[in-house]
Amino acid sequence: MSTMVEITLDGESARVPEGSTILDACRRKGIDTPTLCWAENLTPVNVCRVCVVEVEGSRVLVPSCSRNVEEGMVVATDTERVRTSRRMVYELLASSVEMDRATPEVLAWMDHYGARPDRMGDRSEIVTQAQPVKVQDDLYVRDYERCILCYKCVEACGDDAQHTYAIATAGRGFDAHISTEHDVSLPDSACVYCGNCIGVCPTGALMFKTEHDMRDAGTWDESKQSVTTTVCSFCGVGCNLELHVQDERIVKVTSPADHSVTNGHLCIKGRFGWQHAHA
Amino acid sequence: MPDLYFGAGDEATEAEKDAVAEALADYGPVVVRETERLVHAGRSRTRERRHLLLPALHALQRSAGWISPGGLDHVCGELEVPPAEAYGVATFYHLFTHDPPAADNTVHVCDDVACRLVGAVALIDDLRVEGYHVKASPCLGQCERGPAVLVQRTGRPDLTVTAVDDGPVTTSEVAVAISSESSTPSVSLAQTGSGDLRLLTRVGVVDPTSLDDYRAHGGFRALEEALRMGGDRVIAEVTASGLSGRGGAAFPTGVKWRGVADQEGRPRHLVCNADESEPGTFKDRVVMEGDPYSLVEAMTIAGTAIGAEQGWLYIRGEYPVAIGRLRHAIDEAYAEGLLGDDVAGSGIRFDLTLRSGAGAYICGEETALFNSLEGYRGEPRNKPPFPTTHGLFGEPTAINNVETLVNVPPIVLMGGEAYAAVGTKQSPGTKLFCLSGRVKRPGTYEVEFGATLRDLVDLAGGLIAGSEVRAVMLGGAAGSFVGPESMDLPLTLEATRAAGVSLGSGVVMVFDQHDDMVDTVRRIAEFFRDESCGQCVPCRVGTVRQEEVLVRLRRGADIEDERELLDDLAAVMRDASICGLGQTASGAIRSALDLGLLVSSGDSQGDRS
Repeated sequence: MSTMVEITLDGESARVPEGSTILDACRRKGIDTPTLCWAENLTPVNVCRVCVVEVEGSRVLVPSCSRNVEEGMVVATDTERVRTSRRMVYELLASSVEMDRATPEVLAWMDHYGARPDRMGDRSEIVTQAQPVKVQDDLYVRDYERCILCYKCVEACGDDAQHTYAIATAGRGFDAHISTEHDVSLPDSACVYCGNCIGVCPTGALMFKTEHDMRDAGTWDESKQSVTTTVCSFCGVGCNLELHVQDERIVKVTSPADHSVTNGHLCIKGRFGWQHAHA
Repeated sequence: MPDLYFGAGDEATEAEKDAVAEALADYGPVVVRETERLVHAGRSRTRERRHLLLPALHALQRSAGWISPGGLDHVCGELEVPPAEAYGVATFYHLFTHDPPAADNTVHVCDDVACRLVGAVALIDDLRVEGYHVKASPCLGQCERGPAVLVQRTGRPDLTVTAVDDGPVTTSEVAVAISSESSTPSVSLAQTGSGDLRLLTRVGVVDPTSLDDYRAHGGFRALEEALRMGGDRVIAEVTASGLSGRGGAAFPTGVKWRGVADQEGRPRHLVCNADESEPGTFKDRVVMEGDPYSLVEAMTIAGTAIGAEQGWLYIRGEYPVAIGRLRHAIDEAYAEGLLGDDVAGSGIRFDLTLRSGAGAYICGEETALFNSLEGYRGEPRNKPPFPTTHGLFGEPTAINNVETLVNVPPIVLMGGEAYAAVGTKQSPGTKLFCLSGRVKRPGTYEVEFGATLRDLVDLAGGLIAGSEVRAVMLGGAAGSFVGPESMDLPLTLEATRAAGVSLGSGVVMVFDQHDDMVDTVRRIAEFFRDESCGQCVPCRVGTVRQEEVLVRLRRGADIEDERELLDDLAAVMRDASICGLGQTASGAIRSALDLGLLVSSGDSQGDRS
C-alpha cells in the first residue's frame, strides 16, 4: 500500500500514489496529455517539452512526464501558457522535419492545438532537416529528415533495453543528430539489428525496409493489415510477437510494450527473422 | 560495461597513443584514490574512468590536430566508452575537429558583439587573404583588448594573441605569436594600486607565477585562519557577509554551502565554475591570469569548510594563459602541502583537479558542467534535484563562480559583518564589472554595489570622442539592453531587479549612435543558435527561428510582420526550455525591441575600426 499525496489538478483535488509523475496523475484523472519523447518502456528524458504543465510556484513550465507529484502541488494543464508552448513545440518541429508519417496521435494533437508550422517562413528559406534517406541494408532504413531528436532510439539501443550503444546524439544545437561514431554505416557499427530503435520511433524516421519500400510504392495500407499475436519460436525466452500482415505477407513485427518478457523490445531473430515464412 | 565494438579497424598513431597515455597518467593519483572511495560507495557511474574522456580528447586534438577515428577508438578502449558515445561527446565541442587538419594552426577570431565593433570582421578577412585557417568564434573573453585571437597549434600549446600597441591585433602580430613558444599577455588594470580594492588588490601587482610572492602579499593567511575557525564558523561568516553568487543567479553562497555541508556521510564535491563564456564577460579571466593563487586558496577554504575532499576547477578551454598559471599554482600548492592529504598540517584532505572545457557556452550551466566533467555531452539536467543533493557524479556538490569564491578569503579575514559594511543592505560587498564597447578604457573594474552605470562609464574614462550612448548591454547576451535614460540606475541586485533587468555576469557593453544595433542583436541570436546544446525542442529550433527573424529584419522586413512570431518564440523558449540558456535566449532581443533598437538600423557603420 503506497502512501498517497493530495494535489490539485485543473482545479479539482486528486489523491495519487507518492512517486507518481504529474503525467501519471493526469492519466488517472482522465486528462489526456500529449507526449513525444516519453514511452512507458523507456526512462523519461523530457526533451520534447510537449507535455509541459503549469505548476504553482514554478517560474517556468515543468515537464509532466518526469516531475513527481508533491503534497499540495497545484497543477494546471490547459492554461494559455501551456497551450502556447505545446502549440509552439509542434510548430517548431513540423517546420523542421517531415511529420506526415508520425503516429496518428501526434497528428491529432497538432490539429488540437492549431499548429501552423508554415508561419515560420517558406520552407525554401528556412533551415530544415531535409536530407537523403540512409539505406544501408535490407532490414531497416533511417530517414533522418523525419527525426525529432526524441532520444528514444538512443535509449532503446543503450541503457533502457539493448545495451549495445551503437548510436548516440552527435553534434550540437540544430546540427545535433543521431549517429554512429564518425557516421560509419550500421553494418560497420556496433549495431546488432535488434530493431528496438524502430520499435520506439514516433515519427517514422526509423522504419522496416519493407514498410519504407511499400510506402514509397504507394502500397502501404494499414486498413488492409491484420495483427496476429504469437510467441517467437527461435528460443525459449517466450517473447510475444505481433505480426503485421498485409496481402498475406508479413510487413513488420512489433512486441507489446506492456509484455512482461519483452517490454516491447526484441532481438534480430524475432524482429527480422520471418523472411522464411515467405520462402 | 558494454562489449565494445570497433568496426572500422582504424589504428591510432604512436604519437596519439603517447599523448593519451600522458594525459591519463597526469590524472593517475586522483583516479586511483577516487576509485577506491567510490567503489565502496557503490556508484557505478564513477567507478568508470569515463570522466577522463575530455582530457583524453584534448590530448588527441593537440597531438594530431583532430579527433581521428583511430585515436577515438584507442581512447574508447582505454576508458571503456562506447565509440558512438565518445563521438557524440567529441562533436559537442567547438575546439575539437573531426576532419584531418587543414593547417597546422587554426586561428580563432572572435566576431562576437564587442569584437565586431573594433575590427573583427576585417581581421578575419585579412587573415584569410594571407592564407591562414581562420574560424570565426563566439566571445573569447578578451573584450577589453579585442578583436580577440586564439590560436590552436598542432603539437604545441594554444595561445592567445594580443596587440603590442593600442589598436586591433594585426596579421603580422598573429604570425609572430604563432612562431613563439607561449603567450604571456600582461594583465593591465586601470585601478591597479587603488586602496579600495578587495578582489583585484593583487592583480597587476603580484607575480602570478610565484607562491612566495603571493604569500608576501598576504596570501594563504585566510586559509590558515579558516582552518583555525573550522568549517561551521567559515560558513557562518560567509552567510553573515550576505555574499551571493556572482555567476549571474545571485544565490546566497552561505545557504548553498550549508546545504552541502549538511549532507554528512556522503562524498561531497566543490566545483569552481570558471567556464566564463557569457559574451562580454572577462572578469574571471583577469582574476585567474593576474592572481591565480587566490582562487586556489579560496577553493581550499570552501572545500574544507563544506567537507568536500575533492575540488574541481572547470575552466573554459579558450583561456590558455589562465589554464597554465592555475596548473602551475596548483602544482606549487601541492608541493608546499597546501593541497592533498593534509592541507596545511590540518589533517584535512582536499584535492584539486583542473579540467579545461573545449568550447561550449552551455557548459557554464551548472548541471551541463557536471555532465561535461563526467565525460558526457554537456547537456543540462532537469532540476530538481538540485546540485546541493545531486550534483557531480550524483553527489552533493557546491558549485561557485570564480568571483564568488575569491570573495571568500577577504570575508574570512575581515569577518562577515565587516565585509557587509560596504555596498547596500541587500547587495553587500563589491562587484566586478566588465566594461567594453565605446568607452575610453575598457577593462575589469571593481566597485561597491550601488555605483551607477554612469559611475562605471566615468571610471572607464568616459565615452570615446563623438560618442553618445545609444544602448548598454547589461549582464551579457543572456541579459538585456537598457537605454541612455538608465545611466543613473544603481547597479545593485535589488535596483536592477526592480527595473526588470539583471546584472548577470557583470557585463556593461556600451553602444553609441553609430553602431548597427540590428546587426548586434542578430549576432546575439546567432550566438544562442550556435550554443544551444540541441537537447530540447524550444531552444534547439526556437533559437534557429529567432535568428531567421533577425536576419529578415536586417534585410528590411517590417518588424510588425514578425512581432507575433517573435512573441511566441520568446514564450516557448522562456517557459518550456530545460535550462537558463533557452529561458534567456530571447531576453536581449525582447529588450532591444522594447527600446526601439530594431526599428531602424542606425547609420550602419557596424565595423568601424
